[in-house]
Amino acid sequence: MRQNQVAVVGAAETTELGVIPNMSQIQLHADAALNAIADAGLKLSDIDGFATAVETPQQMCHYLGITPTWVDGTSVGGCSFMLHVRHAAAAIEAGLCKTVLITHAESGKSMIGKLPRSIPADSLQGQFEAPFGVYGPPSMFPIPVLRYMKTYGITHEQLAMVAVVQREWAAKNPRAMMKDPISVEDVLNSRMIAYPFRLLQCCLVTDGGGALILTSADRAKDFPRKPVYILGTGESVETPMVSQMETFTSSRAFKVAGPLAFKEAGITHADVDHLMIYDAFAHLPLFGLGDLGFMPHEETGPFIAAGHTRPGGKLPLNTNGGGLSYMHSGMYGMYALQESVRQMRGIAPAQVPNAKISVCHGVGGMFAASGTIIFTNER
Amino acid sequence: MPEPMRARPKPTPETQHFWDGTRAGELRLQRCDACAHVYFPPRPFCPSCASRKVSVFTASGRGTLYSYVINHRPAAPGFTPPYAIAVVALEEGPRMMSNITGCPQTPEALELDMPLEVTFEKLDEQITLPLFRPAKG
Repeated sequence: MRQNQVAVVGAAETTELGVIPNMSQIQLHADAALNAIADAGLKLSDIDGFATAVETPQQMCHYLGITPTWVDGTSVGGCSFMLHVRHAAAAIEAGLCKTVLITHAESGKSMIGKLPRSIPADSLQGQFEAPFGVYGPPSMFPIPVLRYMKTYGITHEQLAMVAVVQREWAAKNPRAMMKDPISVEDVLNSRMIAYPFRLLQCCLVTDGGGALILTSADRAKDFPRKPVYILGTGESVETPMVSQMETFTSSRAFKVAGPLAFKEAGITHADVDHLMIYDAFAHLPLFGLGDLGFMPHEETGPFIAAGHTRPGGKLPLNTNGGGLSYMHSGMYGMYALQESVRQMRGIAPAQVPNAKISVCHGVGGMFAASGTIIFTNER
Repeated sequence: MPEPMRARPKPTPETQHFWDGTRAGELRLQRCDACAHVYFPPRPFCPSCASRKVSVFTASGRGTLYSYVINHRPAAPGFTPPYAIAVVALEEGPRMMSNITGCPQTPEALELDMPLEVTFEKLDEQITLPLFRPAKG
């Protein structure tokens, strides 16, 4: 795709984040969608393209009263929304639609109107993973960590620092769920969940949602908000079974999606002012820094431990507090995108001064899928 | 109240040979007749070269500990925490998820790259699971 031909002109999260016991999952979608529509100064009848994950496009278009000419129900886990942005940009450029609404929401904590996740006993996961005691993401996502640590010499203290640094960012964000400062000792003394990971290295479980509105860059200048342009995009998938990844020292999906986005954007790593790497668990920023090519994997742990990603550091990372401290409803990608858009608009609670390029990298499932979006506020 | 049961796999036509194998005390893998690629999980074609000419063979049952977590909470039905969920690198190349029996479920006892050997745990008349234990001698 060509650079800067499509822009985000509306972006909003649900009115509340955290514990929202008075809304079902589809209403959380609608709350985010209506907020984004208002943000863009549009009416729902202006929307002719629609994308969402888990909930279907037909479910949400009917609920919202939208008659689309283009839909995308790509549902590959938490990075689905990065893929939606990429697909929507292509669709707008191809003339399939003009104004795309992407919604995400989950009643992840309150579980109202949320279908339970189940693994059929005759699926490959049901036959070759479920019988061995995997039970939800905390028992699966960290399975590669010990191999990664041994291969690259990463320490428990470095992995604890991921949570410490992100709490520093969260402290600056009034909407973050967890804002109290924590130390490496606090992390390493928190409740064991799935060795080597403890409670503070695992994401939150919350309710919430977000929505984005995209249109062509030529139209974007007529909208009330500062346009945020799509500079580069990438996507890939690997396997739904964490045990079957090609290696535990890297994510193939990351290594395909990230470099694709950088190549399309025509930027180098030194051009990146702001970075989001989906952090369902504390090892993901390390995998991301390595697989996106910011540094060799050996250097990722020391880089974070040295404070380079904290407020005031040279590579501001997960500036909303991330899935570890801001919020995580189950599929966090939309919230990472929202923070990138806020940073590019210059309105983030922990704003990176003069940030012009933001890289937003997502994961789906347990390294099953990946999507990378590079934004800029300059055309 | 009956004890909660461990998740029980349900074979498909493409995986039946694997589960027949474990029931007979064999760990069965597949090898491509065209390119010699050994792969898992089962399927009737080679994921490397797409040939449909593939053969089932009995693996050595030997492997090494590639990585693991020791799950504390929440525990899956039929499991008493803490228990290790491991990925074993088989001698023939593929990796598979399993549990490690016959040793404490601790970081000290579970060393990466330690040699392992397969052992079989019968769930019922149809299903026997391949588990691994520290290799003897």
